[in-house]
Amino acid sequence: MAYDYAKYLRPGKLPHIWCAGCTYGIVLKSMIRAIDSLNYDKNDVVVTSGIGCCSRLPGYVDFNTLHTTHGRSIAFATGVKVANPKLKVIALGGDGDMTAIGGNHFIHACRRNIDITVFVFNNNIYGMTGAQYSPTTPKGAWATTAPYGMTENNFDITSLAIGAGASFVARTTAYHATHCEKMIKEALEHKGLSVVEIINACPTGFGRKNKFKTPTSMLLWMKDSAVNVEKAKNMSPEELAGKFTIGVLHKEEKPEYLETYDATVGLKK
Amino acid sequence: MAKKLEFMMGNHAVAEGALYAGCKFYGGYPITPSTEVAERMAERLPKVGGRFIQMEDEIAAMASVIGASLAGVKSLTATSGPGLSLKQENIGYAMLCEIPVVIVDVMRGGPSTGMPTGPSQSDIMQAKWGTHGDHPVIAVTPASVQEQFNETVRAFNLAEKYRCPVYVLTDAIIGQMMEQLEIPEPGELEVIERPKPDCKPEEYLPFDMDKEFVPLAAFGSGYRYHVTGLHHNSDGFPTNDPVLHTKNTVRLIERINKNYDDIMKVEEFMTDDAEVLVFAIGVSARSAKHAVIEARNQGIKAGLLRPLTIWPFPDKHIDNILNKGNVKGIVVPEMNLGQMTLEVQRVAKGRCQVEGLFSLMLDPILPGEIVEKIRRFV
Amino acid sequence: MARVDIRLGGSGGQGTITAAAILGYAAVYAGKNAVQTKSYGPEARGGAARGEVVISDEEINYVKVIKSDVLVALTQEACDKFIEDAKEGSVVIVDSMMVKDLPKGNFKLYALPIIKTAAEDIGKSMVANIVTLGVVNEITKLLDYDKLEKGVLSKVPKGTEELNKKALKAGVDLVKNMK
Repeated sequence: MAYDYAKYLRPGKLPHIWCAGCTYGIVLKSMIRAIDSLNYDKNDVVVTSGIGCCSRLPGYVDFNTLHTTHGRSIAFATGVKVANPKLKVIALGGDGDMTAIGGNHFIHACRRNIDITVFVFNNNIYGMTGAQYSPTTPKGAWATTAPYGMTENNFDITSLAIGAGASFVARTTAYHATHCEKMIKEALEHKGLSVVEIINACPTGFGRKNKFKTPTSMLLWMKDSAVNVEKAKNMSPEELAGKFTIGVLHKEEKPEYLETYDATVGLKK
Repeated sequence: MAKKLEFMMGNHAVAEGALYAGCKFYGGYPITPSTEVAERMAERLPKVGGRFIQMEDEIAAMASVIGASLAGVKSLTATSGPGLSLKQENIGYAMLCEIPVVIVDVMRGGPSTGMPTGPSQSDIMQAKWGTHGDHPVIAVTPASVQEQFNETVRAFNLAEKYRCPVYVLTDAIIGQMMEQLEIPEPGELEVIERPKPDCKPEEYLPFDMDKEFVPLAAFGSGYRYHVTGLHHNSDGFPTNDPVLHTKNTVRLIERINKNYDDIMKVEEFMTDDAEVLVFAIGVSARSAKHAVIEARNQGIKAGLLRPLTIWPFPDKHIDNILNKGNVKGIVVPEMNLGQMTLEVQRVAKGRCQVEGLFSLMLDPILPGEIVEKIRRFV
Repeated sequence: MARVDIRLGGSGGQGTITAAAILGYAAVYAGKNAVQTKSYGPEARGGAARGEVVISDEEINYVKVIKSDVLVALTQEACDKFIEDAKEGSVVIVDSMMVKDLPKGNFKLYALPIIKTAAEDIGKSMVANIVTLGVVNEITKLLDYDKLEKGVLSKVPKGTEELNKKALKAGVDLVKNMK
């Protein structure tokens, strides 16, 4: 029997704004399945987002949802979580949202290790504003603001998160829908700041100008380029050239921010 | 029972006022000359079951208080000019999304980094127009350490009642000085608690455009709804409809304008027969009162109109005094180059002369200078 | 009592701002109004530091010291700098060791060994600011002595109460033993 997503979707809010060929719908479904499997009370789930295509996602799901200003998803989420730690707080945003304009909030949330789950929808471009380059646009790639090719180096979001102190860091792709669901579920179950970088496809803004003629070719690129992190351990750098790893890249148990804060200040309950 | 008497710094009194009002969250970023508010809250909040967080920047600080307020908790942030500039986008968000928060601005000399320890009153227009778009603003203006406390309580009440951000617009002199403060007993000052919706969750319209007031449900209370900084419909979901855009913007502004009498607060001192009116806020109003007394001693019929609410602007109160027909001139002393004077001129509509007395000298305007201006009108 | 504008001038680290705050605190607990302000503007950069407090039985409007009713100068620089803002007929107190070039003008001048008393009689030059308070209050009779003492004791660091008590009393005695 087909999975019933309706339980988590707000009636009357579809169709979504995403272009044909965009992979965000796949991730939305993975996310719903992951949350459903954890049996959260919908009233206890908060989803925040910034500005951009993926940041429209909260509008479609039946939780407490907060579509904030550009880049500030995690900053708003931090206020929600500190004010009411019982809430399950998910902060999502795109690559530009989370690592350019909101980069400061991203690294500091990782540093604090506050119990918030962060999903970065990485499609390597600013899609909503019409294909300007982002901190994850590959060098040489075309963007409307890089008409001669991307000249800047790019961020590896997961390395950034690990370096900044996040206690759970994973990467997955929209193509690997069940893997994506699994990574989201594990991130939600983790106590502390968890980051899942989700590789997505923007055929409209990125793909068609960067030698991906069809949306399918972008999915195939994900399929061919993703290497499971366990398998990658036995591969040489030459074999891994041009590929990226998926799976749980980093996981450690360390004190969560609010637990530390409450204990340190002797919070009067 | 004797009241609890303190000799306290103005910035600390703001923090104590916030706690009296039931504030349970502070999100901030250090900036002179406001930092003592944060320091006091960091120490005091855990003792009353609240939490403090020093965010990574001013923008995050503003975002965090909005998030905390949506989680149902009264929230405070404090800053000064440069920090207020950074906070502006999210302040606009709180205005459009009708989220109660209190923002303390301890004014210092600007623009830019300006005069970090230099007192000023030059954020009056930033408070009004700092964020883009048409929007409502409430700003209260304390002039003593006691008022730092009491007006912060009132700011929280106004924020909760009108579901909007409210400024406590103070300055580096009032914020940094020490003065006596009587801590009111619990219950002595009105404290407005956030009303809860009583409708069924499925019928809840958090931004109902056809109602003046709608209770704001806390995240986690069973009312699941959507909040967006896009212009939205009554249910909170985005709309591009220009008619609704107009309707909601006007509704938010009118909600404040219609309730002028409730929001406005002024001190009138010897205005009944005044021929020369002095119009001043904050530390400049302290100088002005001194000057008015001195002018009266010299036989000049001077009076003081001191707003404790500067936004919305006290148009009606100025009108009422001017309508008596006695006033020949208004003196507006302010520690900037004329931000309030222009507003007073707008309201006076040529019925009398309005003269500003401006200072960027980082010290309160001397009473003698105000008396000299008063004398020019007689 | 109408407003009394008090300016305590010295150099950074002499505790003049702390002394002004303690005086304001004690005045408030004695039922008076008091405002203590900090200095800003270019003058705050110089070597001369100052603590300012206004005390009155009436409502205090203008918050800062306009012209001083009481000026204390613990250094020559502070004396030279602030003397022009001393009111006619006001009280001017200088440290007799630090201020060699005594100011001239229409005021009641007291030259007293405040710092020497703190350093030698009490044994800690850092309590010169509390000796100063004893001097100021004995000359002006602003507050009841016990109220001032209570104010001092509740604001000084724990463990230094006896030291400061002695310092305050030494200030009073400096004035009593004048002549």
